[in-house]
Amino acid sequence: MSTLTVTRRTRLSTVVLILLAPILIALIAAPWWAGRADLRLMGEIALYMSLATLWNLLAGYAGLVSVGQQAYVGLGGYLFFALTMLAGIDPYVALPLAALAGAVIAAPVAVLIFRLRGAYFAIGTWVMAEVFRLSFAQVSALGGGSGTSLSASIVRGMADGRAAREAMAWWLALGVAVLVIGAVVLFLRSRQGVALTAIRDNEVAARSLGIDIWRSKFIVYVVVGGLTTLVGCLIFLQKLRISPDAAFSVNDWTAFVIFIVVIGGIGTIEGPIIGTLVFFALRETMADLGTLYLIALGLVAIVIMLKAPRGLWGFLRDRYNIEIFPLSRRVTGLNKGA
Amino acid sequence: MDWINAVIQGVLLGGLYALFAAGLSLIFGVMRLVNIAHGDLIVLSAYLALTVTTALGLHPLLALVIVVPGMALVGYTLQRAILNRTMGDDLLPPLLVTFGLSVIIQNALLAGYSADPQKLQAGEIETASVALGSIALGVMPLIVFATAVVVIAALQWMFYRTALGRAFRATSDNQDIAQLMGLNRAHVFGLAMGLSLAVTALAGVFLGMRTSFDPAAGSARLIFGFEAVIIGGLGNLWGTLAGGVILGVAQTLGAKINPGYQILAGHLVFLAILAIRPRGLFPRIDG
Amino acid sequence: MPMPDPILTIEGLNAHYGDFQALYDLSMHVEAGEVVAVIGANGAGKTTLLRSISGLLRNAPASVLWRGTPIGAMRADQIAAQGIALVPEGRLLFPSLSVEENLIIGGQSGRKGPWNLQRVYRLFPVLEERRNQASTSLSGGQQQMVAIGRALMSNPDVVLMDEISLGLAPVIIRQIYEALPGIVGEGLTAVLVEQDISKALSVSTRVYCLQEGRVSLEGQSQTVSRDDISRAYFGV
Repeated sequence: MSTLTVTRRTRLSTVVLILLAPILIALIAAPWWAGRADLRLMGEIALYMSLATLWNLLAGYAGLVSVGQQAYVGLGGYLFFALTMLAGIDPYVALPLAALAGAVIAAPVAVLIFRLRGAYFAIGTWVMAEVFRLSFAQVSALGGGSGTSLSASIVRGMADGRAAREAMAWWLALGVAVLVIGAVVLFLRSRQGVALTAIRDNEVAARSLGIDIWRSKFIVYVVVGGLTTLVGCLIFLQKLRISPDAAFSVNDWTAFVIFIVVIGGIGTIEGPIIGTLVFFALRETMADLGTLYLIALGLVAIVIMLKAPRGLWGFLRDRYNIEIFPLSRRVTGLNKGA
Repeated sequence: MDWINAVIQGVLLGGLYALFAAGLSLIFGVMRLVNIAHGDLIVLSAYLALTVTTALGLHPLLALVIVVPGMALVGYTLQRAILNRTMGDDLLPPLLVTFGLSVIIQNALLAGYSADPQKLQAGEIETASVALGSIALGVMPLIVFATAVVVIAALQWMFYRTALGRAFRATSDNQDIAQLMGLNRAHVFGLAMGLSLAVTALAGVFLGMRTSFDPAAGSARLIFGFEAVIIGGLGNLWGTLAGGVILGVAQTLGAKINPGYQILAGHLVFLAILAIRPRGLFPRIDG
Repeated sequence: MPMPDPILTIEGLNAHYGDFQALYDLSMHVEAGEVVAVIGANGAGKTTLLRSISGLLRNAPASVLWRGTPIGAMRADQIAAQGIALVPEGRLLFPSLSVEENLIIGGQSGRKGPWNLQRVYRLFPVLEERRNQASTSLSGGQQQMVAIGRALMSNPDVVLMDEISLGLAPVIIRQIYEALPGIVGEGLTAVLVEQDISKALSVSTRVYCLQEGRVSLEGQSQTVSRDDISRAYFGV
């Protein structure tokens, strides 16, 4: 008699899970071993990893290809500045409040732009981001078109001294990255997540199984909107200055993110993580090239889309049959019994 | 009187927006492709015209003789070399590839021409106007609007009265069966993109004569064109003209209230129409 | 003296429908002027065979030969230009085109020959009355006439017809089949895929029966026995 078991675990995933705890501890301890500039860079990496993971959930799993996620990054930045400076709310309270507000705003936006299909949906998200940008440019209390800086008293109030503030900014960024990646992994393992994957793989079949496609996509859009808003708060907490053009930049918050996910591998959890690391490695070595760097990035993304549409991770996974985050179920014991 | 003037200027502006939109509408109609780089190609046309006018000392309107066929060639080549490889059931590849193109074009223009705003010098025609009662109508906006009407009428005629249009409609209906009729899909798609960029070239030159432009000016043009298409109703060319006019009027009226509201007013009218009539004001009746 | 090449030869064709292999090492030939019927149960691979010949499915170059030249890997439009036309299953007219436009686009490639609009209208007079209507407004039988006319307009040397009687009323089927001799009369070669076995045998010169992607029977339509056919058809 053979025993067939279905498992999501692979040897690599087990190794990584065991290594996860010491890696996390090392990362938490970063303020004691990393320099100031490195800590700042690592914070930026963590925030980009979060944005990429969220965009990948939208486009790679829910089929909602947005080119307007800068709407929520900018919204987060502005909400954080407004809640702390204008409403006088404690920054640590303002963060979850802004995330919640982002989700609440995303709901009616979804109802409206879900009327657009496919690629037109993508441009619709861009229109929304433009509406947000132009609207915030009209708010004179936040500096109008030229923007404003986070007042020093709020920054000082978050932690004692510069070193503590920088450590705090890093922990927040790391915390959000862990929260976002963890939430996405758990979500994709849940019933809702399986339903979402079913929709991606075959919309007609999913509908015939009684999956409410609109509702599934709506939930994903709203949750991603809220979490992207939270990431936006932290991005502009790091920058300390906000303006409509920086907050709602399609290049910074969407183009880069799309390139990261495409290069890493769309529709996989690992793809955005690997893509972010590759993106920053390239940026640190090639950023002096300026516009040429962006042209090269665009070319790489196009070539990958045409030649290896599943990205770096897809290539590695097909080649070596590996998976870090245990998502797909596999049957073991089949060949033992034969 | 001011308000009537604003409406009339908005109508004329709508002609330019219809030109932004017509190329977008055409390729969507033929091959269900949405080209995110459309706005950047409009701006590329304007820069091409800038180079032609400065190098050869031509008037921008004469530069059209070079820019229009040049962009048509760019479109055909682009479709055959790159975009045809992305066509299929999955909408992600065309979307992301044209998005990548958009970033490439923008940065290539930045590298080649710097970020300084440029303008196409059209001479006296820029300021010439005709009086209509107490309202002055710019000659240039009138020419643009008339061109838009002619372009849309010509596209309409091409689509429904010529062999090329028949091939476009057949390929749009069923690519496989069209292929059985001896139509090479790759070539038909190339022609559609070529024609789309020929219209884009017109739009780009008029844009450059009307306002100053810079390498980042494309995304706004893509969005205006897209809004005109959706307001008018997908697949309806005359609807696209109406959509452009509605958008133009919304913007000039918005600007009349407060200069900061110009673009925002256009977006809001677009969203309102999307909320009330999701298929646009004049959708094509299918079947 | 060597025999002249058949007009159409299928040699060792392995064709796939999605991930599923539909034809296994299939070989057959069609001589100029023949009407060849292809029969077989649902899923036997008849439609896949026609899609392979017409180029909608691309295969190994030498698996389909046109007058001895390999065409198996050509695109459908290139094959159409050689002189092979397909009347597809389910008619598949272009809904955006009028009746007459559907016919004109069939003649798009500009091959010379006896067929033109007038001749198609003489064959199916009802189409001339409805020439400016949308093709979707026609009845099923009339749509089938347009589909056949569209194929003829390219003046093909071989016409492939896929289930032209499917879903039509018996009286319409008779009408269409009565028109067939007028179509194949002048040396036009035809390959006919048909569910209705007696119809297929009555209009064809030779018959192939397919079963699970392989040829299970080949014979002269007039002499082949009913018992052989049911064996070849059902595999019992």
